[in-house]
Amino acid sequence: MSCLETIQSYALRSVGIGERLLPRSDFTLCEQFTLIGSGMIWNIYFGIMALCTGFFLATALAIAKSRPNPWLRKPAEWFIFLFRGSPLFIQFFFAYFLFLSLKGTFPIFSPFTAAWLGALIVLFLNTAAYSAEIFYGALQSIPKGEVEAADAYGLSGWSRFRRIVWPTMLRLAWPSYTNEAIFLFHATTLVYFSGFPAWQQRGDALYYASYFADKTFNPFVPYPILAMYFIILTLVIIGVFGLVNRRLNRHLPENTRSRIKYRPNLIR
Amino acid sequence: MFSYCTEPDTLATVWWLSCYLTTGVHFSFYLSFLKVLGILAVTAPVSLAFGFGGAMAARSRILPLSLFGKGYIAIVRGVPDIAFFLFFVIALDQGFEWLRHQVLCSDWTDPIRQGNDFLVCPQAKLPLGTAPQPIHQLYAFGLAIVTFAIVFGAFAANVIFGAMRAVPKAQLETAEAYGMSPRQTFWRILVPQMWVFALPGLSNLWQVLIKATPLLFLLGIEDVVYWARELGGTKTARFTSYPHGDWRMWYFLALLVFYLLMTWGSEKILKRVMARLTRGQATSGGEAQRKGVAA
Repeated sequence: MSCLETIQSYALRSVGIGERLLPRSDFTLCEQFTLIGSGMIWNIYFGIMALCTGFFLATALAIAKSRPNPWLRKPAEWFIFLFRGSPLFIQFFFAYFLFLSLKGTFPIFSPFTAAWLGALIVLFLNTAAYSAEIFYGALQSIPKGEVEAADAYGLSGWSRFRRIVWPTMLRLAWPSYTNEAIFLFHATTLVYFSGFPAWQQRGDALYYASYFADKTFNPFVPYPILAMYFIILTLVIIGVFGLVNRRLNRHLPENTRSRIKYRPNLIR
Repeated sequence: MFSYCTEPDTLATVWWLSCYLTTGVHFSFYLSFLKVLGILAVTAPVSLAFGFGGAMAARSRILPLSLFGKGYIAIVRGVPDIAFFLFFVIALDQGFEWLRHQVLCSDWTDPIRQGNDFLVCPQAKLPLGTAPQPIHQLYAFGLAIVTFAIVFGAFAANVIFGAMRAVPKAQLETAEAYGMSPRQTFWRILVPQMWVFALPGLSNLWQVLIKATPLLFLLGIEDVVYWARELGGTKTARFTSYPHGDWRMWYFLALLVFYLLMTWGSEKILKRVMARLTRGQATSGGEAQRKGVAA
């Protein structure tokens, strides 16, 4: 099978399109590149969906946590502690078995036991908690003068938040939020290694990489390929978030802008 | 465990739960919590040593050594850590076996990599095929610790490397002015002052290390995750060795609480350590403490 044919039959294997049987022996480099790349579809799907939804919950949580009212503050604090204080790995397991037993009583929960929804919910809540802590830190360090100026202009409530507080919060939080995004993408590799099963061998990039490593007893090919894909993904994220950062800071002179530094916050 | 557990009547009462929770397998489950604590106790100092070595290498004036140190830090941080956990265990295992193979069976002519197989001579197998089961388990545990130490060593190296650069330059220049050699400057001036800057990063790392321990499960250790899955599940639909349904959810809830308590506890302790260490330091934290005392 030529490399082009391999790409045709396996490029979309992880979403169930193309050849059904995975290669079983005589693995070529092309097959490994194609299948691991195909698995990246899931990593990107989980990452983007969780980031887009988690952003809004994170904003809400950060505001709730910065409020003096204990009825708003305490639940937000507990939520953030719950998801930041426990391993994501255990959260995946717990959520999977929770959905599994809910499925037994209410059939409506059956899609939740599949990774595409169940794991997404866990990632969504998890990234919301981590980002909320970042946004909360940013809210605390909004310059006092900006809020006072907004008051002086007669802005209050929603319009003050929308026009003054929120943009400044994003500007301050953006470098850390970029790192959170990078590590969310890295964390997506945990999905198929926790409780969530890979249905019909449709897994993510790490799932295929470990498949090859198990079959060939040779970790030195699939894992570096996986690493290469993730380094490219990381660079793309830094690029995209850098563009947003430019837009957020467009009113500032070039040399005073905060720059994005790659400062990872490791495992969760 | 208790004497009343032999009575069949207990099965209908709540006392049954106390019997259930003290069975032999459950003690293996409790023991696996100790395993988690044990791996934390061993890995933390070892990876600190790795990190220190990595940071020293990265600072070195010899180019290959500094490239090695920087590369070590950069590669481990750029790639999902779980991929490293999966990678290092196989790679280390094969590396050790290959080395032993070179030493022990020099007359072996067949290639080691035969297609999809990795074959070394029987004497080079690690642990030996004849070794008892506990040795195999201990070996797996040791590999896991080395893997953790390599990955967390890179993270620690990054923190320590940053902390070493945070030490005020004037201090080092003063040391040089006093005629100290680079080695003396490093050990007597740089290292003692570095810890204050490294502590926030290292305490963060400790929290992360706690949260990484369930990944032991992926390395084939019979840890908390393994036992929670084993004990919570029903064996088969027809015949179950446990008189209950699918309780895995509750077992994982217990694990969740265990980890939350660990995080909460170490948060408290680290806060006190930090407060103790910033006392009298020329940092903003130390300044705030001084003012707080004065006020």
